[in-house]
Amino acid sequence: MFGLTALELARIQFGFTISFHIIFPAITIGLASYLAVLEGLWLRKKDTVYRDLYQFWSKIFAVNFAMGVVSGLVMAYQFGTNWSYFSSFAGSITGPLLAYEVLTAFFLEAGFLGVMLFGWNRVGPGLHFFATLMVAIGTLISATWILASNSWMQTPQGFEVVNNVVVPVNWFEVIFNPSFPYRLAHMTVAAFLATALFVGASGAWHLLRGNDNPCVRKMFSMAMWMVLIVSPIQIFIGDLHGLNTLKYQPAKIAAMEGHWRNEPGAGAPLILFGWPDMEAEKTRYKVEIPRLGSLILTHSLDGQYQGLSEFPREDRPDATIVFWSFRIMVGLGMLMLLLGVWSVWLRWRRNLFAPSGFLRFATWMGPSGLVALLAGWFTTEIGRQPWLVYGVMRTADGVSNHSALALSTTLIVFIVMYFAVFGTGVSYMLKLVAKGPGESGDASPSDDPGQARRPARPLSAAPDDIDPALNQGG
Amino acid sequence: MGIDLPLVWIIIIGFGLMMYVIMDGFDLGIGILFPFVYGREDRDVMINSVAPVWDGNETWLVLGGAALLAVFPLAYAVILSALYLPLMLMLAGLIWRGVAFEFRFKADESHKTFWDKAFIWGSYIATFSQGLVLGAFISGFKVEGGAYAGGLLDWLTPFSLFTGVGLVVAYALLGATWLVMKTEGHLQQRMRRLGRPITLVVLATIVIVSLWTPFAHPDIATRWFALPNLFYFAPVPLLVLLATWGLLKSLGTEGHAAPFLLSLGLLFLGYTGLAISLWPNIIPPAISIWEAAAPPQSMGFTLVGALFIIPFILIYTAWSYYVFRGKVKAGEGYH
Ligand code: HDD
Ligand code: HEM
Ligand code: HEM
Repeated sequence: MFGLTALELARIQFGFTISFHIIFPAITIGLASYLAVLEGLWLRKKDTVYRDLYQFWSKIFAVNFAMGVVSGLVMAYQFGTNWSYFSSFAGSITGPLLAYEVLTAFFLEAGFLGVMLFGWNRVGPGLHFFATLMVAIGTLISATWILASNSWMQTPQGFEVVNNVVVPVNWFEVIFNPSFPYRLAHMTVAAFLATALFVGASGAWHLLRGNDNPCVRKMFSMAMWMVLIVSPIQIFIGDLHGLNTLKYQPAKIAAMEGHWRNEPGAGAPLILFGWPDMEAEKTRYKVEIPRLGSLILTHSLDGQYQGLSEFPREDRPDATIVFWSFRIMVGLGMLMLLLGVWSVWLRWRRNLFAPSGFLRFATWMGPSGLVALLAGWFTTEIGRQPWLVYGVMRTADGVSNHSALALSTTLIVFIVMYFAVFGTGVSYMLKLVAKGPGESGDASPSDDPGQARRPARPLSAAPDDIDPALNQGG
Repeated sequence: MGIDLPLVWIIIIGFGLMMYVIMDGFDLGIGILFPFVYGREDRDVMINSVAPVWDGNETWLVLGGAALLAVFPLAYAVILSALYLPLMLMLAGLIWRGVAFEFRFKADESHKTFWDKAFIWGSYIATFSQGLVLGAFISGFKVEGGAYAGGLLDWLTPFSLFTGVGLVVAYALLGATWLVMKTEGHLQQRMRRLGRPITLVVLATIVIVSLWTPFAHPDIATRWFALPNLFYFAPVPLLVLLATWGLLKSLGTEGHAAPFLLSLGLLFLGYTGLAISLWPNIIPPAISIWEAAAPPQSMGFTLVGALFIIPFILIYTAWSYYVFRGKVKAGEGYH
């Protein structure tokens, strides 16, 4: 297809399926914790706003969760179907980590999900809260294991290679590899941020349409606090993450910065924009700030770090993509910070909820968390190329022997199917959001016996009767 | 180390796979039986009967994949890349039916039938491809230099097509008897009536596979029919006949849980027969569990977690079945 090689097709297929997958877990992780907080507040304060918000968001959570499950199922099998040489080479490390994820996280989430979504009238409030907590904790445990596995591929240690197979020597070193703490923190915070921005945008959208009630105000206010507190933390972690990468994957940093070579004795500039050209080995059309690059990465004005030209051609990641995906992430991070700061200013002026440019900005920022998260993953993963296990196994050596024909066929099927299935699911989530929490629509469980008595199933937490006016489009 | 790690692990993986077949078997079976039930209300009851559990059921499939990667990475790599197409087909089926579960209630009237069809087709395709995988697995794989050396379509044989259809019927039996247990009234009656012919077809399938396999694989034939073995293994076919007889009888009388338990027994026996035929290979026909095993460090590390955690999983899974126990009634579900 399009003259792509089997290797490129396999990479596109993996990148496509995981990019879809990660969107749902990110929202699952964020919403599960948000729901636990809401339920905790409801049990303590007995303010019905919290209960109504719980009911409202748990339905959206349910739809999202099911899409996370089915897209994740594909991931668990793709290692073997598409990356069989990688699996037989490194399965002794990635396998146990994945197995622990299933045992400690997936079963926990699945086991308590039914009670969380449908057990409101079947078990007591304490037990119900416990179920919500277990689901929330499950999502975090899941992130921990899968990121240990991914980080090990980025910065491998604690193993030796015997007979062309990876043999784990020290599991502690394998799991707590150098990039793991940074990646875990950065990804978890990214999930919280993405969710806060989504919740905030939903609130802002309702406020803009004049649908102002205590529930909408509460969720919007909670989301804005979250963005204010968490976005600077994310920027701080991101900076630490970058320093860690400079130490262990210098070629990736050089590509992200569009930095080709050092001038003798001078610090490196920070290139704000430009077009890294892999052939010519330079960054065209660049707009730069002198010495700032050195200051950020080496914390001194004339420090130097390796440029991309210092690495053999076959070991260089594609700087054009990584340079830009990195800037998208960082740029959006700055906008998130701006949103948070703007929100406290308006709060101080007691004008947070009035229709304004700020609310429109908050609405537009809704998807920015997910976009930044994907841009971050593209930076990390494409920056790791051409290695599959950094410095140990090349991507080209890990791929299965399928023909380009077989891969193009399945790729097309995946693309069509994912857009159809998950597109429908996302539109369904948005319709639920549009229905709004509190007085405007959502019924609490005691008002709706049919719903409450119905047996549980992940997705059926969503109400059946969406406002017909909203249904016109679908 | 004293323990035979690959042996312990194949037992755990075998257990996990069986949990999957049993649990996702009955909920896939619901989708397979869907075309035979027309009423909207009955269909809703059918879906609601598996609603609380289908996600947990599917997790056993994930465990199967992950454990195989962890302890038999070679088998995971060879088998999954050899079965690329049927597995992709299976995943596609599981995606459609997984979301259809929900979307059929959410869609506006004009799209409802579309999601019913997606549920039916998804269930049939997922089950049929699992059957293809099973047949291809029994027939074995061509391996050279530690990697799959066969073609893209090697799995496509009359035998695997037959096991594909066979598995559809087997899951239909689990689905029908599950519904006998979880429902009442005319839907239950309908399932009782459907259950009997399905049971006979399942029996026929088991008989045909049991004859076809040794016929095509002489080494499997010697295993079963060599003399001392014949006596050890003879109970398996006898118990199959006994279970079938009990099943037909309990479907005709007032048994509620009995048909489901007996069909579980029947599938368990089929599974045992298979294990006898293939033992001790993890990549038939020639690579044993010891040859495909991961380094002991990987097997041991994962074993600690598995032995400690699986009991807890079983406990809270049982608890969630308990929370949602009892018959599912019409009208209790969606309106
Ligand atoms: C940072 C978090 C994260 C990342 C990087 C990934 N996942 Fe994921 N995954 C989750 C976080 C998660 C989750 C939050 O735990 C999900 C989302 C919805 C759910 O059920 O659990 C999930 C679901 C999920 C499922 C379904 C589980 C079930 O049946 O309940 C599977 C099989 C996978 N994932 C497998 C993978 C693989 C093989 C990945 C890497 C290539 C991967 N995930 C990346
Ligand atoms: C969840 C967020 C993730 C996203 C969005 C993501 C994205 C990507 C992308 C875009 C590629 C293609 C890179 C290229 O070939 O140019 C890729 C490759 C890959 N990633 Fe990730 N990734 C994620 C997480 C993971 C995790 C958690 C793992 C391991 C457990 C992983 C393992 C791999 C593997 C095996 C490949 C294929 C080989 C390769 O092309 O490098 N990824 N990923
Ligand atoms: C604004 C300041 C930020 C900085 C300086 C920063 C820094 C980084 C760096 C250096 C990496 C690459 C790590 C590697 O080398 O492998 C990365 C990856 C990533 N970033 Fe950021 N980031 C920032 C903001 C954000 C935001 C706002 C989000 C999402 C809401 C985000 C999400 C991610 C994700 C998901 C990854 C991939 C996973 C990982 O490697 O941690 N980042 N970030």
